[in-house]
Formats: sequence, structure tokens, C-alpha cells
Amino acid sequence: MSAPDAVTGREQRILDIIETARSKRPRFKDAQITMAHGAGGKATQTLIEGLLVPAFGSSTLASLGDAGVVTIDGAALALTTDSFVVKPIRFPGGSIGELAVNGTVNDLAVSGARPVAMSLSLVLEEGLAAQELAAEVEAIAGAARTAGIEVISGDTKVVERGRCDSMYVSTTGLGQLDPRAALSPQGLRPGDRILVSGPVGNHGTAIMLARGELGLEAEVSSDTRSLWPAVDALLAAAGADLHCMRDATRGGVASVLNELARASGVAVVVREADVPLDPAVAGAAELLGIDPMYIANEGKLVAFVAPETAGTALAALRAVPGCEQASEIGEVKTEPPGMVLVETGFGGRRVMDQLVGDPLPRIC
Amino acid sequence: MRFVDEFRDAELGRALAGQILATVEPGRHYKVMEVCGGHTHSIYKYGIDDLLPANVELVHGPGCPVCVIPMGRVDDGIALATRPGVIFTCFGDMMRVPGSEGTFLDAKARGADVRMVYSPLDALRIAKENPAREVIFFAIGFETTAPSTALTLKRAKAEGVANFSCVCNHVTIVPPLRALLESPDLRLDGFIGPGHVSTVVGARPFGFIPADYGRPVVIAGFEPLDVLQAIQMILRQIADGRCEVENQYRRVVPYEGNLRALEVMAEVFELRPHFEWRGLGFISQSALRLSDAYADLDAEQRFGVPGVRIADPKACQCGEVLKGVIKPWECKVFGTACTPEHAIGTCMVSPEGACAAYYNYGRFAREREVV
Repeated sequence: MSAPDAVTGREQRILDIIETARSKRPRFKDAQITMAHGAGGKATQTLIEGLLVPAFGSSTLASLGDAGVVTIDGAALALTTDSFVVKPIRFPGGSIGELAVNGTVNDLAVSGARPVAMSLSLVLEEGLAAQELAAEVEAIAGAARTAGIEVISGDTKVVERGRCDSMYVSTTGLGQLDPRAALSPQGLRPGDRILVSGPVGNHGTAIMLARGELGLEAEVSSDTRSLWPAVDALLAAAGADLHCMRDATRGGVASVLNELARASGVAVVVREADVPLDPAVAGAAELLGIDPMYIANEGKLVAFVAPETAGTALAALRAVPGCEQASEIGEVKTEPPGMVLVETGFGGRRVMDQLVGDPLPRIC
Repeated sequence: MRFVDEFRDAELGRALAGQILATVEPGRHYKVMEVCGGHTHSIYKYGIDDLLPANVELVHGPGCPVCVIPMGRVDDGIALATRPGVIFTCFGDMMRVPGSEGTFLDAKARGADVRMVYSPLDALRIAKENPAREVIFFAIGFETTAPSTALTLKRAKAEGVANFSCVCNHVTIVPPLRALLESPDLRLDGFIGPGHVSTVVGARPFGFIPADYGRPVVIAGFEPLDVLQAIQMILRQIADGRCEVENQYRRVVPYEGNLRALEVMAEVFELRPHFEWRGLGFISQSALRLSDAYADLDAEQRFGVPGVRIADPKACQCGEVLKGVIKPWECKVFGTACTPEHAIGTCMVSPEGACAAYYNYGRFAREREVV
């Protein structure tokens, strides 16, 4: 930059205008729903914070946790709901049925709740082979057994051929809040260490490859799994020093970090070289020009732990089967608040912003 | 990854940064333009500008092929996409570039069958799989992607795929550079030449930059060490009082370019007399259209398009930003009428454009300067 005189009154005014626009609650002004509203980035945020949250006036909903907590006669219960619309319904490492159970379990787990019971709603497409349906029902039953959650209610609907892709699954999960948990999206503190429970980007990459549009072949499997064992281990090791957890699903780790940096009013600094990554995922992401930090996971959590307990928490996490590659990937700082910065492996820095919609492959 | 990680070595990067610091004259300000959007992406992804001394400034050039497509062309594409029976195909990053009535993603939400493809051959395959539908490929890109469009068109013609056609928006790199260099208020000291384009056209076409305009050019690869080394080579030329085209990317770019690719381009395309660039206006002989032999594969001719020119708002000053004459925040519409959510000019369309980067990260960048 030319000189300190670059910081003129006019530049400051423009920066202030941008800052004001940024800090305003997003308003939902779009004329129609596009795929971007479902991608987990800025457009999704506008839909949720601009239309849904204000409509229902619930302070629990407004805190935007993965599950809402309700206390009945002194018993704190966590409630979450989710829909699953993945295509194809079977992919390396899992299927829509497993995803539905694990996704529900994980929203409860990262909210600090032990999964107890769930409901299951199936929307089936006319013409779906009974064998395919039976396989998914079996997958749901198996995943529920593994995760220790009971399916206690359900519903089925059938729609005409072409009105849905094979099957859609909706769930509601109920969990019991663990007394060791003191978690909040506003709970990040400067100095907190950031842990991830394993390599990132596997699920989204497996789905992209399974669609067969890329003409790439690589051994990448979805990471769908229950995160309760990981959460249980973290709560035991860190207790109240565990400040917040998130399940890094659509929008990936980058979107989770952005949401929480904003919610807590802190800066998040990620050391890119420390982020665990499978070589096949790194290769596919490189070819497509997509940052793995934005790719969806279905069995990876991000945890914020006070610095003095971070080492113990990481060791406890690594002892959980499936989390052997858990790593500390960064730290919470004070400035600049609400932003996520990356220290690149090459020695530079950049901002890791929220995406507007889906990450799109680039040609240039 | 082998053959990749070697070009991302942080220690070598620091060594190069040290050489750059030793090469610059203290007190002198250097503005170096990276012509290609791919370089902008590398600079952003690896935080390369962090490794440069404060008096070396990188200016993002006009080489992002999606950002330079003007609104009228997007509108033409959307008009084709919304015709009954059409399957409209384009590259992913084109889908979010706004026309006057929204983007291709918006058109898709309104019911158009818009599909993202990774190569023009994918579009041709879709045409063969859907013989009852008209399949249109919205071709974009500099000389880098033009050969694959040309080969696809050749194949479509040879195989007689009657339901395939192409909207040709291919552009060429030299005319916009010349337009920038012609400007009397140009304040650039050197150019990082486009590596991918040069694999096709070679190093020769950039000779006019040192010869006619006295600015050094170094053609560079896209890994962070490539970019840093190119910057070092440009600054070295300036320090030595030399001014020439150098090729940092010799492992990929031959001096003569790729003659077969150039041949097939010459067969399938011809120069348009002029073409509009978003933010830069009309530039003569800066784009390609299908040659007469391929006229029946030209979607613009087969279907007719509105062809309405949507003028960039008068206040948009992308041209000045690109030339390094003004900073993004000095543009009259910056941050008010022109924002990343409602972009007007090319510099705001791409997240890596100079204006979008400043809008999103300007506050942070300024704090970094103060530190």
C-alpha cells in the first residue's frame, strides 16, 4: 500500500458503511429459493436468521445450536430435527439410512446430550425397489443399535415417481443433557484451542465421486459415524473447559468456524498445515479447485477447549476408535472479531470467509 | 502430493521473499499486475502478498474469464436456457455471474434445465444421451479453454450431433492487456504473464509489452513458489534495467506454444470485430466466434438471442481499479450500489476480484498494515 495516508476519512467512512451492513441482522429478500439456500453458507444463514428465527420468537431457536434444550420438571432434554435428501442414496462408506441416524445422533451429541430416542419419517418414491428400501431400513436399525438410540415413532408417505429421489428421510432426535456439559455457541474464549476429530472433507468428496460426474476414481469413503463416543470422551477429559462443539456437516469446518467466530465475537486462527486430510481427498479437492475445509463431513466434530486442558482433551479424543487422527488445528484470538483467519502452509495469511452457496469448481 | 508439494515449500518461499526484499529499492513503490485469475487465486490461497515487502503491491488483472463476461451475454445465455426443451450447460463458476435478471442459478430455480459440466465434452455427451433435446454449451475462457471447445465442436461436426450447439464467449488475452497499456494513466511496473494461456499461445505474443511499452513480463506457473519467483524475476529486471519476456514456467510453457491447439482454434474460430468486457467496455478483436464452417453449431445463429447490450453503470470504475489508478474504495459505487451480493463490475463479481477482496477483507488488510 502506498503510505499510511491511505487511511483517509473517506476510506474510513466506506469501511464503516460496510461494517454497518455486515453487522445488521440478515434480511431475507430473495425472490425465490435457489440451491444456495441449502448449501450452509451465507444464503442459508439469511433464510434461517432472516425468515425463520424472527417468525417463531424462540430465544432457544435464536441461539442457533445444533439442538434446542427444553427443561421439563428439572430434566434438561435436547431436541433436534433433520432431513436427508442425499443422491445417490448408497455411496462408499454408508447410505442415507445410516446418515439419518448418525446425523441426528451427532446434533444431539455436540449439544452435550446423550442420544435417547428418535422418530423416523420416510418419504418414498413410487417405484422404489422393495429390496432397496429393506436395505435402508436395515441400515437404520444397525446404525441406531450402534449409536444406542431407539426409534420410537415414525411415519411413511409415498409420492409419485419423479417427485423425490428414491427416498427422503426426516428424523427428530431426543437426548438427555449431560450434567458435565457447559456448552454454548457464545462460549469461545481467547486462548481456546481448536480440535477436529479426524481428517476433513471425506463425506462430501465421497458423494461427489459417487455421482460419477467427475470421471475421477479414488478410494474415498464417507465418514458417517456416531460422535457420541467422542463427545463422551471429551466431556470426561475436559468437563467445563470444553466450551463449544459443532458437527461440521454441510459447509464443512470453515462454515462452523465462521458461525462460531461471529456468535462469540472472537477471531479464529487456523493453522492450515495442521488440518488432517486424507491424500485422496486432498487430491480430488486440488483437481476441482475446492477447499476441503468447505466440504461436508458426517462424523467430524470441531471442539473448543481451554488451553490448559487441550492436551488432555486431544489425547482422550485420539483414544476413541475412529478419532485416531484427531488434531489441534488452531486457536481463538481476540482480533479481528467475527473473522476466521488461516495461516497457510506456505507462510502467508488469508481470511477464510463464509461461502454464499455451494463451492463451485473453478475454471480460471 | 508429489510434484505439487515441492512447489509449496515454505522454507524456499522465505528464501525467495528474502531475495525480493534485497532486490527492491527502499522508498520506491512497485506495482506488479498478475494478469490471470489463476494467479490471483494462488496469491489469495497461500497468502503470498504477506511475504512481500510493503512497497511491492500486486494488482489483480483482467484475466478472470467468468468475471469479464458482460451482463448482456449472461442475459442472452439465460434466454437460451429458458427455451422449451433446452438443456443448458456451463462451467460451475459461471453459474453465479449476474446478468440484469439474475444468474444461471436463478434461471435454474425458475425451471430452466441448467447443468454444470467440467468439460465441453461432457456437454456433447449429454447431447448424445438426449437426442430429443437441444443441448447448448456456454463456452467461456481465454486461449486456455478455447482448444477444448474447438475439439468438441470438431467432434460434434464429425459425428453429426445435430442437437448440440455452442454460445462462444471465448476471449483472447493480448487485446485487453494492450488496452490497459495504452492508457495514459497506467501505473504498473511489470506483469506476471498467464501460465495456462501461454501453454497454448507460447511466450511470443507478449513480446509487445517490453518492446512497445517498456514493461517486463514473466510468464509464471500457479504454485506459490512459481508466483514468488516470477515477482522476484520482474523486480530483478527492473533493478538491472532490463525489460524482456522471461519464462519462469518453462516446465510447461514452450516458447512457440502448442501448435496443434492453435491450428484447431484457427479452424473452428475466427476473431470477432469487437467484444464487450464487463468493466472495460468494447475491445476490438478481443474475442472469438465460430467460423463460417461451423456456423450451424453456433447457438447464437441457430436460435437467435436478444443481444441486448446492458451497459455497465456509468459510475462503475473497474477499468481504473484494474489499471491501478484508483483503489477499490475510491470507486463511486463501491460498497453502496456495488457489493458482493449485488455486484456491478468485474472486480466485485469474483470473490477474488480486487473490490470483492477489499469489501470482505479490507478492514483486516488495513489492520495488518498498521501492525
